[in-house]
Amino acid sequence: MLTAIAIAVDGLGFAAWLFLSSVGLTLIYGVMRILNIAHGGFYALGAYSSAWAIGLYTATGSPVAFSFLLIPLAALIAGGIAGLLVERGILKFMYGRDEVLMVLVTYAVFLILEDVTKLIWGTESYIAWQPAFHFGTVEIVGIPYTVYKFLIIGTALLVGLSLFLVLNKTRVGKLLLVVIEDREISSALGINVTLFFSVTFVVGAILGALGGAITAPEISVSPGIGAEIIVLSFAVIVIGGMGSIGGAMIGAVIVGFARAASVHLYPPAELFSIYLVMAAVLAVKPYGLFALAESRKI
Amino acid sequence: MTKHLDRTEIGLLVALPLLICIAFVLPKWIVNYVHVSMGTGLVALGVMIQMRAGLVSFGQGLYFCVGGYAAGMTGKFLGVTDFFVLLSAGIAAALCLSFVLGFLLRRYREIFYAMLSLAISMILFGLLSSTEELGSTDGFNLPTASYFGWSPTGETARLTLYTLTCFIAIGCAIALNRFLKSRVGYVNEAIRENELRVEYLGTSAHNAVHLTYVVAAVVSAIGGVLWALPLGHVDPEMTNWTTSGQFVFVSILSGTGNIAAPLIGTFLLEIIRVYAVELSPNTWQLILGSVMLFTIIFLPKGLWSLITSKQKSSKKIGASAPKPGE
Amino acid sequence: MTTLLETRHLEMKFGAVYAARDVNITINEGEILGVIGSNGAGKTTFVNMVTGYLSPTSGDIIYRGNKITGKATRDITRLGICRSFQIPQLFPELPVLENMLIALTIAKQEKPSLFRPAIDRALEDEAHELLSHFDIDQYADQLIQTLPQGVRKLVDIAMATVAKPDLLFLDEPTSGVSADEKMEFMRVLIAALKTTKTAVLFIEHDMEIVEEFSPRCVAFYEGTILADGPTDEVLQDDKVREFVIGSEFHRTPTDAAPKEGAQQC
Repeated sequence: MLTAIAIAVDGLGFAAWLFLSSVGLTLIYGVMRILNIAHGGFYALGAYSSAWAIGLYTATGSPVAFSFLLIPLAALIAGGIAGLLVERGILKFMYGRDEVLMVLVTYAVFLILEDVTKLIWGTESYIAWQPAFHFGTVEIVGIPYTVYKFLIIGTALLVGLSLFLVLNKTRVGKLLLVVIEDREISSALGINVTLFFSVTFVVGAILGALGGAITAPEISVSPGIGAEIIVLSFAVIVIGGMGSIGGAMIGAVIVGFARAASVHLYPPAELFSIYLVMAAVLAVKPYGLFALAESRKI
Repeated sequence: MTKHLDRTEIGLLVALPLLICIAFVLPKWIVNYVHVSMGTGLVALGVMIQMRAGLVSFGQGLYFCVGGYAAGMTGKFLGVTDFFVLLSAGIAAALCLSFVLGFLLRRYREIFYAMLSLAISMILFGLLSSTEELGSTDGFNLPTASYFGWSPTGETARLTLYTLTCFIAIGCAIALNRFLKSRVGYVNEAIRENELRVEYLGTSAHNAVHLTYVVAAVVSAIGGVLWALPLGHVDPEMTNWTTSGQFVFVSILSGTGNIAAPLIGTFLLEIIRVYAVELSPNTWQLILGSVMLFTIIFLPKGLWSLITSKQKSSKKIGASAPKPGE
Repeated sequence: MTTLLETRHLEMKFGAVYAARDVNITINEGEILGVIGSNGAGKTTFVNMVTGYLSPTSGDIIYRGNKITGKATRDITRLGICRSFQIPQLFPELPVLENMLIALTIAKQEKPSLFRPAIDRALEDEAHELLSHFDIDQYADQLIQTLPQGVRKLVDIAMATVAKPDLLFLDEPTSGVSADEKMEFMRVLIAALKTTKTAVLFIEHDMEIVEEFSPRCVAFYEGTILADGPTDEVLQDDKVREFVIGSEFHRTPTDAAPKEGAQQC
């Protein structure tokens, strides 16, 4: 019973982190049909800029409580600038190209971003633990959990809910759903598809950066974190069905609980639990649980 | 019927003695680069033949690694040092694994194929990194190869291995050139263009993809063995996705036009990397990424299209126009 | 005349919509048969089911006395049932000749080898000959994507005949062909097909063409067969006049553009 509760709490925490780290990827894919490998680059940029900013801020001796604000701010600035540059500078010229080609293009962008990150922040690690421990810990069934973990869970719910509301309750969101449904018809209807693409990409980039920024206080930020996240977040969104926000949420929960369960029950399987779940889902549903409908060909 | 060699095959056969000769002429460090790039070049070839079918494998490092580790483990645990046994071990391991995984991957195309092959290679990466018996992230050493009981040492060993590698690499390249011109090769090209029609013409696209996947795996594993033996070492980096990414990079750069292009491309990349890393260690990926972007945008058929005289397509943009049924 | 194909109570449901309902059609060897019906009447669905692209919800498809219901497309092709497409399904980045060569290589059922070159002189000659049957050999070296729709249509049909089928479905062969060229187009086509004993079922919106080229006609309406018989009788049928031909007159040129697969080039 105690293990079950521990699995539930851990699973939830891990799921929240996974959702935040992968929602930007699925949003961009859903709207633009671009599997954005550069997502890993945005994640790393967010992590570095937030760790760096928190480090600078706490060095001044100011109250730690406000350092939380630096996390979304860092994500907004880093993700916003990088996303805008990539979209306006490169992707704009490539719309309508083959999906695989776009994977290669964004992979090239990812490589560039990796080195840009190194050029800005160097190759040493950044540690910005202060926010993570500021609010202390709570004990559940004898295991201490940082309050920060619950903040992450809250943020994930908030992001998920806002995306849901924007997409389903606002005029812009409804137009966006039309764009997702049929790009050609929507441009024929006078919807500015290019603008939607730009905004989506920048929002996706900011979300990617947010994933990194919010994780930064819990880890040691060092080169290579972007590469890890892209594989992981792909696994998450492919389980739910690529392009579906709800799917990403469910994928994150499934993967999160699978990993938490293996951590508590059979630690050696931790690494594989994610991919095992992915393989199991794909064996039954080749394109994920909530795959976007494929159009008939003939 | 197989007597007729085409220009590529003749070129490769002419290159073979030249390749062997340079071992005696050029400085040792260049020859070493040629040697290891034949290994990695074969993996790039494996990526390239899949690309002919429109499939981008972002995890070809998997079989590069499987080949190297299978050979290494045969040496480490069974005490075998015979070159041909080690090579066979690499081939056998890749053959079995790719045959099984092929049943999963043959169902997927485009980004799914790319990302699933990536995910699978990362599973192996994680597995090897956490296996103490295989040296975790440090990997382990391979024995010096012997040949049917003959165990050369020093310079002789190096030259023997180099010469054999040349023969095998050229042999593989010629075999793959044949493969591209075979029935399956043509079917692959058709799959890239319109899979629905392929099925309506009466053949299984799944089987063709599966077969191509296995062939690519075996070639990559051979590359892995040939790469690991001169270095005498294997580690999990071989199956890390950054390694796979470089194979994709070479195939993009050299295009799918000619079988020799990825081999030459791999060597050039190795040489450029040596200087680039020395000059400015933190901009190597930046250079790779920029060159890749440039190639995709301006030379969609790869650098080889600059050299080749017969340009089939006048409309370059066509190469990346939206495919039917998208 | 021997029966080639027979469908029994074929039914196809998409959700709550019937795309086919109790479809019973018999096709005899060497027969030419026109199929009419407005868009969405279930004509293409019928072809899709027989050729294995769709699996019928219920009912049987019998070909030469054997049940082929639910078989894979490629297996059905191997049995001698081929089709062309309303929107040509070709290999757009390759030249016409190579399109034909690929089709020929696949159709030749020799033991596939991984090392023997698949294409030789003889095969190329055969491809050229096939192309000249359809009067399109002059386009052999051009890329599909650079060709006008009419030529693509012919390449598409030529590819469907490569395997020398016993039964050939032509899905709106004249769509995309200009009105004044339609008759000539069909004449070339039927002449090319008459050299073999192939049974042909073609879907057509132009009643004149149906009258001219097919002795028998089947009219579809909302997934069911409205009439089946000699063409002149079917075209005089009251129900056919009301539901099929009547609606044809109201069709604007844009309606005639295929709705399914409209996203294709």
